[in-house]
Amino acid sequence: MESTIKHSYFWLFINFLGKRTMKIINNLGAVTVFFAVSFLKIFRPKQIREIVQQVFYIGAKSANIVILVGLFTGMVLGLQLFYTLNKFGSEGVLGSVVALTLIRELGPVLTAIMITARAGSAMTAEIGNLRISEQIDALYTMRIDPQRYLISPCIAASIISFPLLTAFFDLIGILGGYLTGVVLLGVDKGAYFYRIHSYVEMVDIRGGFIKSLVFAVLVSTICCYQGYFTHLRTDSYGAKSVSLSTTSAVVFSCVTILISDYVVTSFLM
Amino acid sequence: METPLIEFREVTKRFDEKTILDKANLSIYENQITTIIGKSGSGKSVLLKHIIGLLTPDEGSIFFRGKPVHDMKKKEWEGYRSKISYMFQNNALFDSMTVLENIALPLRQTTNLRKKEVNSKAMSRIEQMELTDAVGKYPAELSGGMQKRVALARALVTDPAIVLFDEPTTSQDPVRRNVILSMIAHYRKQFGFTAILISHDIPDVFFISDRILLLWEGKIGFSGNYDEMTRLKHPMIDEFVKSIEGLRDELTGLLSKEMFRSRYALTLSGGRVDTTITAVLFSLNFDFISNVLGPQSAIEVLKAVGEHVNKYFSPLGGFSARHSKDKILTILPHIGIEEGWQLVHDIARELQQTALPEIESLAKGKIAADGCFEIFVYAGVTESSSADDIEQIMKKAEAKQEKIARYQCGKEGGLK
Repeated sequence: MESTIKHSYFWLFINFLGKRTMKIINNLGAVTVFFAVSFLKIFRPKQIREIVQQVFYIGAKSANIVILVGLFTGMVLGLQLFYTLNKFGSEGVLGSVVALTLIRELGPVLTAIMITARAGSAMTAEIGNLRISEQIDALYTMRIDPQRYLISPCIAASIISFPLLTAFFDLIGILGGYLTGVVLLGVDKGAYFYRIHSYVEMVDIRGGFIKSLVFAVLVSTICCYQGYFTHLRTDSYGAKSVSLSTTSAVVFSCVTILISDYVVTSFLM
Repeated sequence: METPLIEFREVTKRFDEKTILDKANLSIYENQITTIIGKSGSGKSVLLKHIIGLLTPDEGSIFFRGKPVHDMKKKEWEGYRSKISYMFQNNALFDSMTVLENIALPLRQTTNLRKKEVNSKAMSRIEQMELTDAVGKYPAELSGGMQKRVALARALVTDPAIVLFDEPTTSQDPVRRNVILSMIAHYRKQFGFTAILISHDIPDVFFISDRILLLWEGKIGFSGNYDEMTRLKHPMIDEFVKSIEGLRDELTGLLSKEMFRSRYALTLSGGRVDTTITAVLFSLNFDFISNVLGPQSAIEVLKAVGEHVNKYFSPLGGFSARHSKDKILTILPHIGIEEGWQLVHDIARELQQTALPEIESLAKGKIAADGCFEIFVYAGVTESSSADDIEQIMKKAEAKQEKIARYQCGKEGGLK
């Protein structure tokens, strides 16, 4: 008797696992198609104005937060690495370590997370709100393709803004490391920049650039998808569904950034 | 026989296990106002969304000028959709855009017009809808009625051939409701589109409708005009239409048309009249007032006439109802024709002295400095035999109509 119960629980678990897996595969497929269609629609007419607006919103308006986070990340890196390198008498390489850490890893990841928090969540909330108030249906009735008008500019603007903001983050971060390493802790100014010049290669910059592009695609697609299909949520309706979609978008984006960071890094190494 | 502009043949739509449209058949004809009525949740919006392609039928076909829409090639389909506009129940205005941006959006995104041309076309619609003061405002800063007008302007800016209105008068007061309906009728005449309306506002919506379709248990249970519907003795009509019509017309405070008919039948059968009764028919130059002073002024004049008719005739045992957009019929069982005329002139005097001048404030800003307009109220008093039905009485009274009250602007352009 007991073994029959255990047996049925086992099959229930397998059934649940199978259903979850199918659901995840379905969602992945839907997100991929959603991205592919939206990406192709970037090249339709009348997109420039919308893309420029989104670049301003996602890119320019995120610059402040990126500067702030970049500066303090660079400063704390300068402090921590000086302390560690000092133990080995290698504080002269501080510049190169700060620069490589930022360019290869922290720059793309932290910039993507910052933009997710600031612009990604706003994308989901705005698109979700448009969906529940029938404004997306209204676009359709006016013969305006909602995906072309709303989603494609966000994806295009993210692809443009993420690498630029990442580069910005890297530069400010290196400057932050300079402030703590050189100005506060007395590392040689010439050595700081000389080591950066000597050790940072194009392949490092290219790696960071590729990561920022991957994150741009992932974050914008996940955030737009969550907003666009907020009405299909089965766990809530109306404003609550927008709030849950926004939370899901931020959580999925951050987790996906970290997972894809590992995957991309392993390919680039 | 005229080919319908839009035709549903055996259209079925299900959501999960629930069948919303069940082999529905309907025809919509060009240049008419067709009103779809039905219980809440009966699938009226679903039906409308099928026309514009927001939903597709599970079974059956939709035809446009005899051609199945779902077999159309992409270009034909786009051409079909370019002829249709949709006004949403909640307006669906873009809240982050100004009134001008909202109205210009369809032109900016779907045409190759230059910015200047787009703005000029949008501005002309804004002026027609009397929204000039709201041009730079956001939807949240506007009243419900103004938002409706913005939604209507946006729906009309592309010069559509067909406009679908999903409950355009929901949650509006009786005056505003009639203003919106008059506006739809007025602009349909002006721009010549085919209108398809969903509305629960009975009887107001019937006064502007050419055809009425009753959606009942997923099928079209009735199609025809208002008079055909009221004459139809069918439990479906009794259960739905008469249940929501109410006893009184909310705008004028007069009896509903159905109550008027019952009261008339009762008066005749009760033997309280011998062979003749006195009937008075009031009307006004509604379309002219609506064109010149706007629909709200026309509705206010009608409302004032209704209130005065009620005030003078009800205490004398008379009963009245609005029989069309601008006609009010009163039956006076105990009053002779001379006395009837005397009362009509008393009403006219009071209207001229008090109610009509109040239209001045509503008309402000709508009349050019050198512009001129006239408001006329007509009345006809007739004797009628008990053998006459209401339509015959109306015809007789109409033949006797004359101007009883007049309000005219002066040469200076002001009202006097």
